[in-house]
Amino acid sequence: MNTLQFFWKNQAQVYALTLEHLWLVGVSMLLALSIGLPLGILVTRRPAFGKAILGASTIVQTIPSLALFGFLLSSPWLGERADRLAVTALTLYALLPIIQNTYAGITGVDPGVREAARGMGMTDFQLLFQVELPLAMGVILAGVRVATVITVGVATIAAAVGAGGLGEFIFRGLAMVDNRVILAGAIPAALMALLADFLLGRLERRFRYA
Amino acid sequence: MVKEADAAIEFRGVSYRLETGRPLLSDLNLQVRRGETLVLLGRSGSGKTTTLKLINRLLEPTQGQVFVEGRATTDSDPIRLRRRIGYVIQEVGLFPNFTVERNIGLVPSLEGWSAERARARVREMLDLVGLDSDEFATRYPSELSGGQRQRVGVARALAADPPLLLMDEPFGALDPLTRAEIQEEFQRLKERLQKTIVFVTHDLREALMLATRVALLEGGSLVGVYTPEEFRLVSNPVVEAYFRAFETAQAHQGGT
Repeated sequence: MNTLQFFWKNQAQVYALTLEHLWLVGVSMLLALSIGLPLGILVTRRPAFGKAILGASTIVQTIPSLALFGFLLSSPWLGERADRLAVTALTLYALLPIIQNTYAGITGVDPGVREAARGMGMTDFQLLFQVELPLAMGVILAGVRVATVITVGVATIAAAVGAGGLGEFIFRGLAMVDNRVILAGAIPAALMALLADFLLGRLERRFRYA
Repeated sequence: MVKEADAAIEFRGVSYRLETGRPLLSDLNLQVRRGETLVLLGRSGSGKTTTLKLINRLLEPTQGQVFVEGRATTDSDPIRLRRRIGYVIQEVGLFPNFTVERNIGLVPSLEGWSAERARARVREMLDLVGLDSDEFATRYPSELSGGQRQRVGVARALAADPPLLLMDEPFGALDPLTRAEIQEEFQRLKERLQKTIVFVTHDLREALMLATRVALLEGGSLVGVYTPEEFRLVSNPVVEAYFRAFETAQAHQGGT
């Protein structure tokens, strides 16, 4: 039985695990966006405090992913449920590119544009929402794209703590020393990452202003 | 001496220092009369732009006070203050994500004008600066030439009909030909509008052409305030240095 036949025979499970994987990635990305975007904005407004935020998110990024899952496993509330733990770990991983790119995008806005906006009497709020965020959107989306691709990959490790996803095939295949089983998890995950990269890349190009 | 009521802007003993303690402007006393064009002339680092930014409170004085229409800027709400002062800078600073129409209509829309009234005003402003409103209203800044951008910048500053206009080397980045064109247009425009204008430049020819009075700054201090006629006659080493530099430039242009 070759890989393709294995796929065909187990298509229901491939489908179910792909959905589970998508769910893990989707929830984590939504959380990471709703935390990372405000934090990135905060970094531009309070540079001293911002350095601490950027530093902390960089440290999280350097922790090997398997270790981060294991580390969270022993924490009280998070360790109780596998999906809770997996979503937390994935969210932490996705934060850095989002915070960094929000910061870079906003500080990269032409100083002349910012000065004109303030000189014309825009409030800080208007400056942020009408000028800085729209102009930074391309760079922010690039960060979201990178974060999504990372998350799709790291989410395969969620299976190690029992949170499901395409990692189940990979870990099972490793244990059985069966490449077909590994590929049944790895190929859909790779396709998912490529698709996310493509779609977000297209969205990103809409926000290019010469 | 100018009567209190005639001063649209007044600097009283104004100094500005950076947080590092470096002084950019020291003890400035200066009045801008209503309806005049006061040109702040000086070399880079003389304090021209600092002086300008103190008027719309992009900077706040370290010492002394700036009065706009009789009120200290530090006692006014900066947002309200700035919406009544037009501001044009060399980099123009048009919003690249807005069409020309939205750029010009920005302050009117911030001030809550109806869409219809704002639109009519945008068309009027485009006509005023000599751009065809049907052709340009829907364009983005990236689709304009440098001269057109600066015209839109002027139109944007005038849109809410502010009594004061601050201009920071607005024509400095343009090529000489476009620059001369737009200077002449602006000369005619300001006679029609009767605004109080504070205009920053380092270009002597531009200063003498546009100014009602020229305030000469050097190293953060005011050297003096002169009408263009007085400026040509005054005997002051800084003024003379300007004319020498100017004549040298002219001679070079004549020789080529």
